[in-house]
Amino acid sequence: MRLTEEQQAILDGKNGEVMAKIMRTLVMYGDTFGATEMVPVTSTYGHIVTSFGVIVIKGVFDLMDELVSAGVVSQQKFSADPRPCDKKVPKNLLQNIVFKVMYGPQKRYEAQLKKIGLLRDDAFTCACYFPEVGNRPKKGDVLSWAESSAVNYANSVLGARCNRNSGIIEMFGSIIGYVPYFGLLTDEGRKASWIVEIKTTERPEAQLLGSAIGMKVLEDVPYVKGLDKWLGSELNDDATTYLKDFGAATASNGSVGLYHIENLTPEAVEQGESLIRPDAKTYVIDDAELERVKNSYPVIWKNKDAKPKLCFMGCPHMTLAQLHDWTERIAAKLEQNGRKRVAIKTVFTSAPDVIKEFEKTPDAARLKKAGVVLSYICPLMYMNNPLCAGMPVITNSNKLRTYTSARYYTDADILDRITGGKK
Amino acid sequence: MEKIFKGRTVVPGTVTLKALVSRGGFNTLASFKDCKQGKNVCTDQNNADLYGKSTVGVALCLPQTIGSTTGGMVLFNAAVIGCNPGALLFSNPIDSLAAAGAILASVWTPNSMPTVDGLGDEFLQYVKDGMTVEIKEDGTVVVTD
Repeated sequence: MRLTEEQQAILDGKNGEVMAKIMRTLVMYGDTFGATEMVPVTSTYGHIVTSFGVIVIKGVFDLMDELVSAGVVSQQKFSADPRPCDKKVPKNLLQNIVFKVMYGPQKRYEAQLKKIGLLRDDAFTCACYFPEVGNRPKKGDVLSWAESSAVNYANSVLGARCNRNSGIIEMFGSIIGYVPYFGLLTDEGRKASWIVEIKTTERPEAQLLGSAIGMKVLEDVPYVKGLDKWLGSELNDDATTYLKDFGAATASNGSVGLYHIENLTPEAVEQGESLIRPDAKTYVIDDAELERVKNSYPVIWKNKDAKPKLCFMGCPHMTLAQLHDWTERIAAKLEQNGRKRVAIKTVFTSAPDVIKEFEKTPDAARLKKAGVVLSYICPLMYMNNPLCAGMPVITNSNKLRTYTSARYYTDADILDRITGGKK
Repeated sequence: MEKIFKGRTVVPGTVTLKALVSRGGFNTLASFKDCKQGKNVCTDQNNADLYGKSTVGVALCLPQTIGSTTGGMVLFNAAVIGCNPGALLFSNPIDSLAAAGAILASVWTPNSMPTVDGLGDEFLQYVKDGMTVEIKEDGTVVVTD
């Protein structure tokens, strides 16, 4: 890889041994993938996937200590994925004890993040690109992020450029201010090797469609045709919310870092079918295919017929529009079912900044009155508690389903179940 | 009987270990959920090949890693607390998460994991749990049953 004089000097130890090791890590990483050079990170802020001070990651705490001791400060401030714990989220005494032990080092870890470059005390969300949060890259920006759903959204919906990096690597890129140039940073790496044709008779469920595509194309780039029929050709609130959930499912059920939606996402609008590789394969999705995919999900509850004890929605975090929309839908359905409160303990999760905005509106009281808890946590981290993993938990998130024992239902099914319409 | 495969060296090293084989993608986060100092038993219930088996000090043979983008961090952490595989042998080109973990371990810990990728499908079809695997600096892998 070609390095500039400045980059070579860092590698040679001009800024100390720790900075040299950071640069060496990035150079080795780039060399592995045929990177030709290191390019500047141009986004205003970074974003860190490792937000949780879980007791088993002692190696990360030691590494952070090494960075802090060497006086390392990130070139760009960064937000981080959600915090793992919130007093408001339902848990029993034993689960609470396990949470306290598991995430005992959280404060220590957050103090380390602040010293390196955490943006704000409450900059904890997986959806840092929400307008309310403010870490929203511009089209063409080069990023050093790792959170799979955020990388996927930034690449696809915002037209920024970011590889599907690992935790720590992304922090190193923010610290140094450069990332190796390969993969999704390049024009060639952004071309599609799959054409996905949507032939459903109704608007496909975002989380289900994303899952089907992710499982089929794995880490490849899909070019999706026929979805604009259901989403329109404008990246408005409805379309971007859909794409957030769709993309997270492609990224977690497969390893998709970028997708193009014909007539909708920026590069597809600008470049059209020239984004498709000549040897691209085709995947047709109709109603039967979506049904097949949904029915293929294993249910790993001990008792498959257990009554759900908890429902999580908001993986990735919910948008402000989703919070309002779901408040309305729950209120209407509860009234229809003759109930005042939800039948299953339900937790909505969103970014702290979005929650603040939502709480300024009358819907916050309506949601609370319906018995729904609104929290900033990561549901995945909640489910990592082995005592929570054993509970029958339901969700409309295909990411949460993939990484935990939570059982997936469509939005309509979830609404029925939490409002007491379906047992 | 001995069979020789040639791949690309990602992290160099010379080591001889027993093979542990994952035919499907190896979910790093799910596999190291209960890792402790010097100990790890694969906790990924979706990995029928490895679930319940120790992944410490083995030559982990796999197509690629899958799952959360914390994967590289998890592998690095495993190296710090001494519960990492002794080597990583990929039939496919290495993925960015596994590469990150292997490289972080080599630069930041004394517990480097020699890593070779691109060994091909035949490698993964041939190698079985418990076979002896010799890894050389140049990416040559000798499998002896």
